Amino acid sequence: MNYHWNWAIFLAETPSGSTTYLGWMLSGLEVTLALSLSAWIIALLVGLLMGVLRTVPNRWLSGIAALYVEVFRNTPLLVQLFIWYFVLPEIVPPSIGDAYKALNPFLQQFLAAMLCLALFTGARVCEQVRSGINSLSVGQKAAGLALGFTLPQTYRYVILPVAIRIILPPLTSEFLNIFKNSAVASTIGLLELAAQGRQLVDYTAQPYESFIAVTLMFMMINTVVMILMHRVEKRVRIPGHMSGGQ
Amino acid sequence: MVMTLKITAVAVAVGIVWGTLLALMRMSGFKLLAWLAASYVNLFRSIPLVMVLLWFFLIVPTLLINLFDIPRSSDTRLVSAMVAFSLFEASYYSEIIRAGIRSVAKGQMGAASALGMSYAQAMRLVILPQAFRNMVPLLLTQGIILFQDTSLVYVSSLADFFGAAYRVGSRDGRLVELLLFAGAVYFIMSFLASLLVKHIQKRKTA
Repeated sequence: MNYHWNWAIFLAETPSGSTTYLGWMLSGLEVTLALSLSAWIIALLVGLLMGVLRTVPNRWLSGIAALYVEVFRNTPLLVQLFIWYFVLPEIVPPSIGDAYKALNPFLQQFLAAMLCLALFTGARVCEQVRSGINSLSVGQKAAGLALGFTLPQTYRYVILPVAIRIILPPLTSEFLNIFKNSAVASTIGLLELAAQGRQLVDYTAQPYESFIAVTLMFMMINTVVMILMHRVEKRVRIPGHMSGGQ
Repeated sequence: MVMTLKITAVAVAVGIVWGTLLALMRMSGFKLLAWLAASYVNLFRSIPLVMVLLWFFLIVPTLLINLFDIPRSSDTRLVSAMVAFSLFEASYYSEIIRAGIRSVAKGQMGAASALGMSYAQAMRLVILPQAFRNMVPLLLTQGIILFQDTSLVYVSSLADFFGAAYRVGSRDGRLVELLLFAGAVYFIMSFLASLLVKHIQKRKTA
């Protein structure tokens, strides 16, 4: 192998002249972070709502939640992304579809990728929430109801505060996954981190440097998230409860 | 679809074997081996599959051309994809297998050594068979995830099931139908497979 290493490539100017290749990388990182974080917030809300619905004593509501989970867990992320991006604008009422297509391309890609990642991850979060709720003893719910709480109140004040603490570790790995899955958005042309890496290869013909840089950035994100979530876990731990916490 | 299933099958088979080795390395007494296996698993688990695929489409062809004297123009994408998925999945399988080995009671190892078995014998004849029985549902679930993930070979424009559907769709201007069709096929196959997993799980606990 006679590969010509050139790490200085990152400081070279891009053909458009306005920034360096490193600047491309950083803007990709920014998109990855913005996409993952916004999708994560929606995913948490959707997952929480659906997870609760799956456990309520109403066949219709739990059926809807179950259907949602099965559909989103049993199709590949890539297929979902393409459906959001290519199919949905065609089958919604023309007024909405046209308004969407009038947006600038970046915004179109970003919105499609965000919704896709959010609902995909939401289905996974939903299952975690459900297993968290189911892991509590039935007595907790009965006690809440016996104290005169309504069902929503029981969930709000008794069940969820404990259930969410229990599922923090699996939620952390879902949080990590959403960053990794966001790389799939490069397939619809969204210029996030992985896509910037590929673009760099096309422009500079220095594949190893750019891939190593992208890989390192993803590992960095991973490390930061793990440290953060570990802190959160420590802070919210109920003293004397769940001694391990891990 | 044949391409999709081929990649899935190879990756599951190689992934489980290599994953078992990794898990054994990680749990062995040799610090260096354990450390190597741990870093391998953590590395693969912390980068996106898309990046792993891109890496292997870059490295594998160069290696193949250097090691075996094959023409530069030959199509190495399928081999690259298989290698990438196998090595990537191995890191996930190794974590499942490690948990499986842990789930076998400690006394089993003690009993095996008391019977005069060596470490290797005990692992092979006593621990692993039980661990694998415990792990079957998890291994299958990971297989379903893998089956869905193979659609990502799209990044190398390899025509697996999804790639073919996409190409036909954009050629005929029927992208909407073809994408929905592809989604439906993946859904049916994965859903049926997950029902099977549930069935196995139930039969085991019954």
